Amino acid sequence: MLLASKSIYLFMRKVLATMLFLSVFIIPVSHSAIEEVHFDNPIDAVRYKDMIAELRCLVCQNQNLEDSSAPLALDLKKLVEELIKAGKGDQEVYLHLTERYGDFVLYKPPLKGTTYLLWFGPLLFLLIGALIFFGQIRKRNKPTENN
Amino acid sequence: MKFNWKISLPIVFFLVLVALLAFGLKNDPRVVPSVLIDKPVPEFTLANLHTGEQVATEAMQGEVWVLNIWASWCAGCLEEHPYLNELSKTDLGVPWSLVGFNYKDTDLEAKAWLNKHEDPYHQIITDPSGRTGIDFGVYGVPETFVIDKKNRIRHKHIGPLTPEDIENTIIPLIKHLAAES
Repeated sequence: MLLASKSIYLFMRKVLATMLFLSVFIIPVSHSAIEEVHFDNPIDAVRYKDMIAELRCLVCQNQNLEDSSAPLALDLKKLVEELIKAGKGDQEVYLHLTERYGDFVLYKPPLKGTTYLLWFGPLLFLLIGALIFFGQIRKRNKPTENN
Repeated sequence: MKFNWKISLPIVFFLVLVALLAFGLKNDPRVVPSVLIDKPVPEFTLANLHTGEQVATEAMQGEVWVLNIWASWCAGCLEEHPYLNELSKTDLGVPWSLVGFNYKDTDLEAKAWLNKHEDPYHQIITDPSGRTGIDFGVYGVPETFVIDKKNRIRHKHIGPLTPEDIENTIIPLIKHLAAES
């Protein structure tokens, strides 16, 4: 019994050691896959990072451009980089993309006629809830006042 | 029976919610409606696959044309290809042309693919970098645009075309647009 559990322990230790050893090779590989984009101006680098986090990858719709390595996402990131380097402002970059892909490309939907319910819906529901809540309280308090 | 709103209201609310969710299920989230509908075709100058000549946007004007975005690496393109072969052979009785838009591909692979599967296109333009594709709002190949005589985009189909799509939408639209002045 004791011998068996000891051999299992030794085996597991070997497996773990091997995995640990192999992980050394994995980590540098995954790091080299991330391509750093270089900007001369550090502000542009921050703008780039912020913008690709706000833009949707249209192929993998629940990811932003930053997280995605789909070919189209890479192309769009390159495009954002080029537009920034061409001196375009944030709004111009967003406009360039929404003119081609629509508002869907933005993670944050713009405030306009068709999106009022989307933006203010939660507030509306909160208001309805509050009305019902206070209505109930007033109803409960009434009988005691009458007594 | 007296209308009891205290019980009815949550039920009504629930039914409205179910209706909204059912409507949501019917929509295909992968189909993003194009903002380019009724807008002019983006400006481009791209090389013709066979001749290497530069083709500009203006050169396409004057005739109804169908722009089919495809690539040799694209599985959906192979799916719709037989129907495009058939469409290009069909006499619609009106002048129109089927233009291939070879997206992010190499000329060599594109030509080999066409040799193998037949070439239905009257003309093919190539966009190896995919930059013009972005101008067209391309995000998943195959995609198909129907463009009128004045070079305005009038319809966009996302994903492989089915015989029904061609029969019920593409062909009637080509005929309709060809009749426009």
